[in-house]
Amino acid sequence: MKRALVLLALALTPPANAQETPQTFTPEVEKAARELGKSLRCVVCQNQSIEDSGAPLAADMRRMVRERLAAGERRDQVITYMRDRYGNFVLLNPPFQVDTLFLWLGPALFAALAAWGWFAFLRPGRTTSHAPSPLSEDEMEELRKRMSQGPQP
Amino acid sequence: MSGNDLTDIGTDRRTGLPGWLMLVPVGLLAIVSGFFAFGLTQDPHALPSTMIDRPMPAFTLGSLREGEEPLANQDLLGTVSLVNVFGSWCPSCLVEHPELIAIGRSGEVALHGIDWRDPPGAGAEWLARYGNPYAKTGVDADSKLAIDLGVTGAPETFVIDRGGRIRYKQVGPITPEVWTETLLPIIRELEAEPA
Amino acid sequence: MQAGASAAIVQLLLIAFAFACLVWAFAVSDFSVRVVATNSHTLKPLFYKITAAWGQHEGSMLLWVLVLALFGAAVAAFGKDLPATLKARVLGVQGLLGATFLAFVIFTSNPFARLTPAPLEGMGFNPLLQDPGLAAHPPTLYLGYVGLSIAYSFSVAALIEGRVDAAWARWVRPWVLAAWCFLTVGITMGSLWAYYELGWGGWWFWDPVENASFMPWLISTALLHSAMVVERRHALVNWTLLLSILTFTLSLVGTFLVRSGVLTSVHAFAVDPARGVFILAMILGASGGALTIYALRARKLQQPPTFAPVSREGAILANNLMLLIATGVVFLGTFYPLIVDALTSDKISVGPPYFDTTFSPIMLGVIIMMAFGPMLRWRSDTARPAARSLLYPLAGGVGVGLVSGVLGQNLWGGVGFGFGAFLFGSLIRWGALRLRIGQVKTSQSLFLARAFPRATWGFLCAHLGFAVAVFGITAMSAWQTEAVATLKAGETASLGDRAYTLESISVELRENYEAQRLTFSIRKDGAPDGSIETERRYYPERDTTTTEAGIRPGLLENLYLATGEETESGAFTVRLNRHPLAMWIWAGGLMMAAGGFISLSDRRFRVGAPHRVAATTAANI
Repeated sequence: MKRALVLLALALTPPANAQETPQTFTPEVEKAARELGKSLRCVVCQNQSIEDSGAPLAADMRRMVRERLAAGERRDQVITYMRDRYGNFVLLNPPFQVDTLFLWLGPALFAALAAWGWFAFLRPGRTTSHAPSPLSEDEMEELRKRMSQGPQP
Repeated sequence: MSGNDLTDIGTDRRTGLPGWLMLVPVGLLAIVSGFFAFGLTQDPHALPSTMIDRPMPAFTLGSLREGEEPLANQDLLGTVSLVNVFGSWCPSCLVEHPELIAIGRSGEVALHGIDWRDPPGAGAEWLARYGNPYAKTGVDADSKLAIDLGVTGAPETFVIDRGGRIRYKQVGPITPEVWTETLLPIIRELEAEPA
Repeated sequence: MQAGASAAIVQLLLIAFAFACLVWAFAVSDFSVRVVATNSHTLKPLFYKITAAWGQHEGSMLLWVLVLALFGAAVAAFGKDLPATLKARVLGVQGLLGATFLAFVIFTSNPFARLTPAPLEGMGFNPLLQDPGLAAHPPTLYLGYVGLSIAYSFSVAALIEGRVDAAWARWVRPWVLAAWCFLTVGITMGSLWAYYELGWGGWWFWDPVENASFMPWLISTALLHSAMVVERRHALVNWTLLLSILTFTLSLVGTFLVRSGVLTSVHAFAVDPARGVFILAMILGASGGALTIYALRARKLQQPPTFAPVSREGAILANNLMLLIATGVVFLGTFYPLIVDALTSDKISVGPPYFDTTFSPIMLGVIIMMAFGPMLRWRSDTARPAARSLLYPLAGGVGVGLVSGVLGQNLWGGVGFGFGAFLFGSLIRWGALRLRIGQVKTSQSLFLARAFPRATWGFLCAHLGFAVAVFGITAMSAWQTEAVATLKAGETASLGDRAYTLESISVELRENYEAQRLTFSIRKDGAPDGSIETERRYYPERDTTTTEAGIRPGLLENLYLATGEETESGAFTVRLNRHPLAMWIWAGGLMMAAGGFISLSDRRFRVGAPHRVAATTAANI
């Protein structure tokens, strides 16, 4: 619990790329780093990216991302580096792999199901024709009753 | 299709939707609730380490005090060791500190410290005040090693085997129970491993 | 059966009294009450002491139960025209919900638990929550998604009765609409609060708790429109019953999410898995029970479709399905980490990148249906006349889309603006057709306009609000600009055509915090353009610091400025932003709610008036 409080206190200190010593990077690196940072999760925070978080570790990660990009590493190399050490947890954009198949294909599946439902609902039994199912007891009774009532006015 | 049509009576196919569709919402609720129930047994903050069974990354740390040799990779070879990540800003580290002092004194295992994210001098001052249980210490001011190790907070303690590989990560303070029930058995097991 | 009505009213009075006692305990800082001691402080301003009553788990659950009782009592008091059996059943279901939640409050979340000996001082309160917008956030949100319990109760009652008739439909729709309006306000205000308080200019984070309120909103929007079809055409009955149950289920799931600790969120209350078990049991009971009754009884109420695929009902159904897909996507993304953890023990995260990719396309489909729907006739229509009417809006949309996309060099920005313009154009076109502009004299058109029932104005306002929000969201996503600089006093940073100079740094001591205020003067193209201030506030009793961003709101863009800590050299890291059309996001949200409230005020749709509406003609929408 105490540890959680420490983490929470750290996470609540505000952002704006505060604590790093102002090491300047080129605008291209900054832009790329910010893009990338938005998809990396701050592991000590409650559900924020490292760009949005005020936690000191997030600031260190932001600097590390910039340093690596400035050193010429590609975006996917930095992602692999982080993923290697923190697992898939650190990626806010979930990778496309076996256990995320349903996550990424789900929406299309939902759409297909909904489309099927819409058509099935609105076009009943046009393509299928089947013999009427036999009447149940109650229905026979109802039928007899109505037949005996004769034609309605 | 008028209501008098015989094909219409008593069938579910008035709308062309299969009858079993009505059971889907309940079914989905049951499945989802199953996952919720599972979720209640988990701690969403717990992040298992990806570094288990991997060699300790190569690192260079700053010195805790002027002239002192900082912790280095070689110090972790040849014997089972504990590497404890701490900081003077970390309240839980203070909570576990007496236990670390006891471990250091007992000599059961080599105990080293990484002073994480402390401004120069702060770590040394903190250790001077509360006691220094560590054989060797190094300062990781910019989290380079911490990130390399996948550290998510302090305190965290890594159990390193003779060959310099990470074998276990303890997240959170080391209590007497954690020491006797979790760490000591692991250390004994690692010591029994052939060199 | 009569006892039910009295019981409902008495229940409300008793719970209201209990709630008043809690508020009083906070107001006088009675630290012998545990929640007061843990969440309040003598230094807090009185207003925030009072709002702290619902700022923690126990108090907010009491508020939850209060709103539940409020809606039940409303049915009891105003439901004179309801058939007695239906009314009794509705009150029975609602009462059962209330009893279950009261049990939850009493046994696991007692707000009146005592602390002996009473401490002399409280443990303070999260300074981030000392804010008027946020104080109003839980009440409006609860009026929203707890209010949806009414739809649930009515649906379960109808399923038990085996009957859905005019009175039922007449009753359900206004209450769903009212709850929806409050939910819209609650979510909008929550987003606005996050924007100005959380210090980094975001307004939606796809955080689990945000999603927990958004899912009921999506489904209740669908419910709103299908309830309309039930009322006017007596169609989509089964669908509406299902949606009513689903929407309240999502409210319950949201409550579960926030309080059980199953997912991490910036927003979660102090969590307790034991409470989670109780809430999960309630979900299984309330939702599982209702859905089981639905599975067994709904067939009785099933009818063959009374409308063709191309018709207003068809468009509404299509739109409903898309909203359902959208809800499914949000649900999937929110809970997927849990599913993966359960099945493979792998820990993954699903963040904004996922939601942005999957959610936005669905909204485009929704916009298309929103444009077509009002153009189509009820029951059966052909697509071509509607499509022809939409040619001008389509041209407008394509035009706006191309121009903005090319000039702004952003594809998705162009798409968003194009669709927003298309929707906007379709509403104008609809109005022009209804008022027969160009076909009759202007005085005739004005006469027709004056004859518009309020519900029509509500529809126009709400849909227009959605278009406005689409523009705002697109602009913020596509054309935000940013600059970061480190400034000492006297230094300047620039963004676009504006230069920001840090003029002064002052420190002030206020009620329960210390404020460090930075004042910047702005120059636009060299000419003075006012100033902007940002603060860093330190709260001693919590040892935390927050940032108050400097925001200059504007019709076309917000200027946004936030600062970080002071470095050793006395410089500050400053983050400058231009937020184009930001205010349109929340203006759009409020317009949607306003449209709903306008519709509510239409006397034709007042509760308990089955005889008045019998002759609703096609003259109105």
